[in-house]
Amino acid sequence: MADNALIIGHRLSEWCGHGPILEQDIALTNMSLDHLGQARSLYQYAADLYNTLPAEQKNILFTSTALQTKVSAAQALQEDDLAFLRDAWDFKNVLLVEQPNKDWAYTIARSFFYDAFNYLYYTALLKSNDATIVAIAQKSLKEVTYHLRWSSEWVIRLGDGTSQSHDKIQQAINDLWAFTGELFIPSAADEMALADGYGVAIDDLKTAWLKKVNAIITEATLQVPHATWMQQGGKVGTHSEHLGYVLAELQFMQRAYPNMQW
Amino acid sequence: MVSSEQIYHILSTVTDPEVPVLTILDLGIVRDVLVNEEEQLVQVYITPTYSGCPAMDVIAMQIKMALLGNGIKNIEVIHQISPAWTTDWMTEAGKVKLQQYGIAPPVQKSSHIMGLFEEPVVLCPRCNSINTQLVSQFGATSCKAQYRCLDCKEPFEHFKCH
Repeated sequence: MADNALIIGHRLSEWCGHGPILEQDIALTNMSLDHLGQARSLYQYAADLYNTLPAEQKNILFTSTALQTKVSAAQALQEDDLAFLRDAWDFKNVLLVEQPNKDWAYTIARSFFYDAFNYLYYTALLKSNDATIVAIAQKSLKEVTYHLRWSSEWVIRLGDGTSQSHDKIQQAINDLWAFTGELFIPSAADEMALADGYGVAIDDLKTAWLKKVNAIITEATLQVPHATWMQQGGKVGTHSEHLGYVLAELQFMQRAYPNMQW
Repeated sequence: MVSSEQIYHILSTVTDPEVPVLTILDLGIVRDVLVNEEEQLVQVYITPTYSGCPAMDVIAMQIKMALLGNGIKNIEVIHQISPAWTTDWMTEAGKVKLQQYGIAPPVQKSSHIMGLFEEPVVLCPRCNSINTQLVSQFGATSCKAQYRCLDCKEPFEHFKCH
């Protein structure tokens, strides 16, 4: 969850200063900040839990050298360590969020697919048996509601706009569709979380997601793709080449100047 | 040792760095104040408005500075995320101050979920016209939306319901 939030947040931040109009530039960076804030809460909680694990389990969970060096020096991890000291294979975000911005239509379609999922996911997490996760979900859900509204409106605006905007958003929806299946395939971690009562039956969210996505795409006078083949791998750390470039930029300062602070 | 009432009084001098007309008490982000006589410790619980709000770190520092300035040395500022902050906790005095400052205050209960392309009716803080229009749900800070008045033609900010 934290990796999803950090990577989509970084992708949206790449629009800063490049938005088509000022208001939308500001909107994207506002949402980027929300995702980053959610990532921080989740990473800090993850770090707290990680610090309580026995050493051998820590080294199985993440194998990145920079992180292991810190762990073997018996240093407690903080949120920043998880964000900046793990290599691509230790990131478990879905492939969808690391896809490049490409153009406005791609950025909108990617956010729309993700926001619709995120809204349902955080809603389901309100029933988690872990009080910290419930608190983060309550807080995040308020923000995600704005995000979904914004990206839904843009899908409709582009689809039901000019013939050019219509074609571009349709193309983006078609191209990104193959990355949406992974959202609903439970990883081993998802299954463990569900069994212990703090997670979500992630495959159960698919029906509601399809209903929301179908409704908006139809209102936008667009076609829901027929393709059924889905790409996956992000949840087990097998990423597209894009993630490495994202991390190279995201982690540069901390890698070049270890332990630096703003 | 100071009382929690005195602490609240000191906190009423701490303002939001982004909206300096509001104190942190007006905003409703101070959730609790605990005074531990034995350890001579003051704990202030604050809740973030939005997850990524960069003002929170500044506010925590300002709280410490204000208390230090009043001779209180042992201070903990604790971030509490549950229950989630809502604009319903903003005081009525705070809403009046916002309006006078030129920012339209929140107009609905935060539980109201708007449909697509739907806008709440927001009064222009300059001319009180209801003939206003949403420019963007997102503004210069996480908590504000951008509006324009179709009568006096001025752009203005709206502290959105959350």
